[in-house]
Amino acid sequence: MEKTYPIRHGDVVHRCFRCGYCKFPGDYTDFNCPSYKAFGWDTYSPGGRMWLIQAWMNKEITTSPHFAEIMYACVACDNCKNQCVFPKFRDFLPEIFEEVKEKLVEEGVVPPPVRDYFKAMTIYGNPYRLPRDARGDWAKGIDVPEFSAQEYLFYVGDVGAFDEVGCRMARSVARVLMKLEVSIGVLKEQEISDGNDVRTMGETELFRRLALENITTFKEKGIKRVITLDPHAFNTFKKDYPALGADFQVFHHTEIIAERMRAKRMELFNYPLTVTYHDPCYLGRHNGIYEQPRNILKAIPGLKLVEMQQHGIDSFCCGGGGGNFFTDILGAGDERPNVVRIRQALETGAGVVAVACPNCAKMLLNAVKEEGVEDRLEVLGITEIIERASANL
Amino acid sequence: MSDVLKSLIEIVGKNGVSTNAEELWYYSRDPGVLEPHRPDFVVAPKTTQQVQKIVLLANSEKIPVVPMGAAMALTGLVIPLKGGIVVDMKRMNRILEVNPLARYAVVEGGTSQGMLKAYLQKHHPELRHSLPDAPAATTIAANVSLHGQGRLSQQYGFNSDMVTGLEVVLPTGEICSIGSPSLGPYWFSKSPSLPDLSGLFLGWLGTTGIITRLGLMLYPNKKIRDVEIFVTDRPELVPEMLYRLTHLELLEDINAWFQPKPLVFKDNYQITIYFTGDDDDEVEFKRKMVWRALQPYMDSKDGGFMSIQYMKQMLLEMPQRTIADFADVAKGGGFEYSGPIIPIEHFPRYAAKLIELAEKYNLLYAGAARLISGGHAMMFAVSFAFNREDADMMLRVKQALDEATEFALQQGGIPWKPNFHEQRMILQRMDPNTRRILEMIKRNLDPRGIMNPGNWEAN
Ligand SMILES: Cc1cc2nc3c(=O)[nH]c(=O)nc-3n(C[C@H](O)[C@H](O)[C@H](O)COP(=O)(O)OP(=O)(O)OC[C@H]3O[C@@H](n4cnc5c(N)ncnc54)[C@H](O)[C@@H]3O)c2cc1C
Repeated sequence: MEKTYPIRHGDVVHRCFRCGYCKFPGDYTDFNCPSYKAFGWDTYSPGGRMWLIQAWMNKEITTSPHFAEIMYACVACDNCKNQCVFPKFRDFLPEIFEEVKEKLVEEGVVPPPVRDYFKAMTIYGNPYRLPRDARGDWAKGIDVPEFSAQEYLFYVGDVGAFDEVGCRMARSVARVLMKLEVSIGVLKEQEISDGNDVRTMGETELFRRLALENITTFKEKGIKRVITLDPHAFNTFKKDYPALGADFQVFHHTEIIAERMRAKRMELFNYPLTVTYHDPCYLGRHNGIYEQPRNILKAIPGLKLVEMQQHGIDSFCCGGGGGNFFTDILGAGDERPNVVRIRQALETGAGVVAVACPNCAKMLLNAVKEEGVEDRLEVLGITEIIERASANL
Repeated sequence: MSDVLKSLIEIVGKNGVSTNAEELWYYSRDPGVLEPHRPDFVVAPKTTQQVQKIVLLANSEKIPVVPMGAAMALTGLVIPLKGGIVVDMKRMNRILEVNPLARYAVVEGGTSQGMLKAYLQKHHPELRHSLPDAPAATTIAANVSLHGQGRLSQQYGFNSDMVTGLEVVLPTGEICSIGSPSLGPYWFSKSPSLPDLSGLFLGWLGTTGIITRLGLMLYPNKKIRDVEIFVTDRPELVPEMLYRLTHLELLEDINAWFQPKPLVFKDNYQITIYFTGDDDDEVEFKRKMVWRALQPYMDSKDGGFMSIQYMKQMLLEMPQRTIADFADVAKGGGFEYSGPIIPIEHFPRYAAKLIELAEKYNLLYAGAARLISGGHAMMFAVSFAFNREDADMMLRVKQALDEATEFALQQGGIPWKPNFHEQRMILQRMDPNTRRILEMIKRNLDPRGIMNPGNWEAN
């Protein structure tokens, strides 16, 4: 009799050898799986998770709060998928973890902060429990028009709309896009969540609803091209929305800015600054965009770009992926990912960590404060650096 | 909460102990075919002092203690056969010192092979250590605890021969330095000119103490590495070929291997020959010498060099990641190998035996041998892949491996990283006086019988 599995990729789970390559970056410098690095038990590594899932499917262990914590401690950074040595099934690893979370949602056994996140999303439409009509406040003070037949919608997402650091970054990106004469409009309070993190946390029905609503709005408004502030939104718009009927093109802001800066000279003054760039997982590993953000930085005269040991495909996640930005399951202990990442940045001797994701910006900024290194390291969005260089500060 | 749990939390903190069902399930097994057995606690210390306190507690409570690295020995050596505390050593992973001129490194007892490799590459690119082809996550201390072999074993012996000093927590809780660190701050020699006490720990599979620090010899990392593969369909000629190659005294590593899949390899015996140099002249000279050594077999049409351009990158990778892929040939996440240490002239008979066992038990196999110390011995890996979902296949692998070990013992070989059952087979066959020494040492070092019990026990 054909065996049935509770999750879609259940039939490959037992093929994991738990050899542990998934824990590392390509050069083995240090552990590159944030949840393994943070918790230090093999169960929190991708291989450990695979074995536990197999045991759970075989009913050798039952659903429990600890099992749920292990699953939700995954930051969906995709490192494991790139490092796993089994080409025939490694691509499924992140999906498998997501599928298990879907089941945990169905069973109602999710960690309390995940439950609270879903609740806030359902009631308020955002994880910050802020009124929906405050969603456009981020744009106050800048002259960004409401969307009406511009070439691009500039979509900021939950963090860009509500988080102080995210708002700062959103404003900066909007200003730079406009300075580069990119025709953008924004949805302000009509914008709703993209749902990327809702999906990675396993709430597929809520995700579907959000996606369909976005797709309808975009269609009604004639939106054909979208620039996102946030790689998370970029990821889900690009990868998940088409299957639900979306027919718009999506770009991350660094793609458009890199291209425009090539085509249109922007006045940039000499800006002698040593900068290290932190690759956001949803831009880098998930979508292969490594060069454009770096090209923007390299275009700034006098700026020296130095790399952290773990960068590009081997970048270490800030810990904010997989919904952890909101749930903070990895937020305790000496080896919490944002702090680890800041230590890695400090090693380069850079004075600035450049980021291209509002979640990363916030996570890393918090770590800079927690480590008490504000005088040595600043966290800035790429466009914030451009603005400084163009303002000759 | 039990008193033991309370004490463990006092020692390593809340995040350093687990009694959760998930960790207990996971740490009760390894990826091989042996039955799991649940520990009572999983503990992850960060310092030698914590290890000492754990061992002292275990000693006073008479609870088993099982040191664990990455659990990739595959032969169940970290399965807590009698329950107790599994000590996951991997949080002790600092590289404490590299002495570049004396060419040694000092690392903590849970440091992985991969991390030492990366560290050397970054800070001392002119140095390297003898990396096994085991996954990068495997630990250096575990590897010497089971007499592992690596890329430099052909030149310099077992990886355990490369140890330059140890810090060990004895089963009775004392912290003990072995070799030059017992006399001063340097970690350059594990024995000469002292009696070699490292032999009380190396090869003991964690039954005589927990290694918390070790010194390891480093070697020149030449700028260029290259590789050739010589193929023959006559296994009986392989020992002679290996002999001629080792006579050169020039080569980094030599592996002889055979496998039925993919088809290009079927019925052939490959010898992978690695060599290094600081410039092209050195590399080309070595290549020329390799070709010259094997020319007679090409003349007699008994072998030839393979074109390997397409797989060179994979072959030169360290560790060679694709070796782990063997676990998926039966689409099932598992393989296990027993690897007796044998004299090289026995290669043909082990090869024949492996093929016979694969046929008898209907299993997918791979055979691979690594030369040790210029050909004084070789590790001959008898590997079978299995599907973890197929209990019958796993049983057949177990039976085939048992039979391989039985065969190795009949042939005078030494089973390597033997599981507890194979250890018993070894002890039964061993000269009784030798066995008595072994038992005496164990009894004296571990009077309460707490260290990885079930291993190196005759009954
Ligand atoms: C694909 C593959 C390739 C391999 N290739 C090689 C190879 O080329 N060469 C080779 O030698 N092996 C090889 N192996 C076998 C094995 O993985 C290695 O020997 C490896 O070094 C085992 O390390 P570990 O950390 O996984 O050990 P574990 O399985 O965790 O432990 C092994 C033994 O060491 C003991 N131990 C662990 N830590 C300590 C400590 N700190 N103090 C005292 N005792 C301790 C344990 O109790 C146990 O008895 C290979 C395995 C695989 C899967």
